[in-house]
Amino acid sequence: MSEAVEVKTLIIDDREVSGRRGQTILEVARENDIQIPTLCHLDGLSEVGACRLCLVEIKGNSKLLPACVATISEGMEVSTHTERLQKHRRTILELLFAERNHICSVCVANGNCELQALGQSQGLTHVRLPYRNPDLHVDASHERFTVDHNRCILCTRCVRVCAEIEGAHVWDVMGRGINSLVITDLNDPWGDSSCTRCGKCVQVCPTGALFDKSKVGTEHPKHPDFLPYLNMMREAQ
Amino acid sequence: MSKLKLATVWLDGCSGCHMSFLDMDERLLTLAELVDVVYSPIVDTKEFPHEVDIALVEGAVASVDDEKKIRKIRAHTKTLVAMGDCAVAGNVPSMRNPIGPQAILNRAYIENTSAQPQIPCLVVPRLLPIVRPIHEFVKVDVFLPGCPPSADTFYAALTALVTGAPLDIPALTRFGA
Repeated sequence: MSEAVEVKTLIIDDREVSGRRGQTILEVARENDIQIPTLCHLDGLSEVGACRLCLVEIKGNSKLLPACVATISEGMEVSTHTERLQKHRRTILELLFAERNHICSVCVANGNCELQALGQSQGLTHVRLPYRNPDLHVDASHERFTVDHNRCILCTRCVRVCAEIEGAHVWDVMGRGINSLVITDLNDPWGDSSCTRCGKCVQVCPTGALFDKSKVGTEHPKHPDFLPYLNMMREAQ
Repeated sequence: MSKLKLATVWLDGCSGCHMSFLDMDERLLTLAELVDVVYSPIVDTKEFPHEVDIALVEGAVASVDDEKKIRKIRAHTKTLVAMGDCAVAGNVPSMRNPIGPQAILNRAYIENTSAQPQIPCLVVPRLLPIVRPIHEFVKVDVFLPGCPPSADTFYAALTALVTGAPLDIPALTRFGA
């Protein structure tokens, strides 16, 4: 450990824990086996704080803070599973389910989907909001992969992995608000784009939005765990 | 103690939930000691009874007939259970929503038909513009997601409902299960 490292002690869910200065609440919580649900966060990618599932309560602060980007400070008291937070998390998941056409039973990611698993772990049995039923397309122009916008939750993991890890920045986001879409190049068909075919975006996609054509039905587990290893090896070089 | 009155209903679904219900196999005999099936696609009663304790409803609300049925069921049922993903979330029947009923009917009965293409209009009920889960029409007491919910899920949930024991649904099933 270098001399610049400063240890901060804080309380998460009534437990005294410590971390290094600059670490996020999420990092310290997970190091101490305190589970905070996340969707847009992925170990090895930059943080965007977009999904808001990791919101936590800080004593003395009326605002809820996303644990993935909020850094720890000395004496901080964090609550990760209050009734208020659980209510917000369920509502966020309901909004995601209602926004596009997530038909779990016929999705390639059924059984391997982070949105579906979160719905279950957060106690969601139905969606109280009316479904929007948007008319969205599927782009199967790529020889190996498909993007199904019906299942996309705009977490931007694909955008970040393509830009930050692969260095290609083929993926980006088009439009605003509810009309946003992930696109390849300047909204060109994926098959005609400058895609390097590395497949990292497919592996980090939490739902069935990006999938491998060679994997049919429910046999499509994703393996995003290569990222921290890849980053570690790059730093070592 | 008199037996509870159980009804099962089939709206816009594939009957898979009813098949899964029957997959309880010999456990149906145990349940039969606690409930009487008073209305169901698998019994011969034509009219929904006046007083039902538990109604299991499979399928989404897709037609004017479904809507009429679900309102009647609600009016005569103590505990209404949305059974399976179609009833809970719309599921496969709701995949027509972005396209609309007219385009679907045209594809099924006109474009893909070689002999006497015509859209059925007699006897069959009119389709609603949007297929929706039943809780968008009536109050639902218990949501049992799954496509279909497994026989084990049915048995655990029904046993809890009949005996009044606590019921932790997310521990049993999920969307698409």
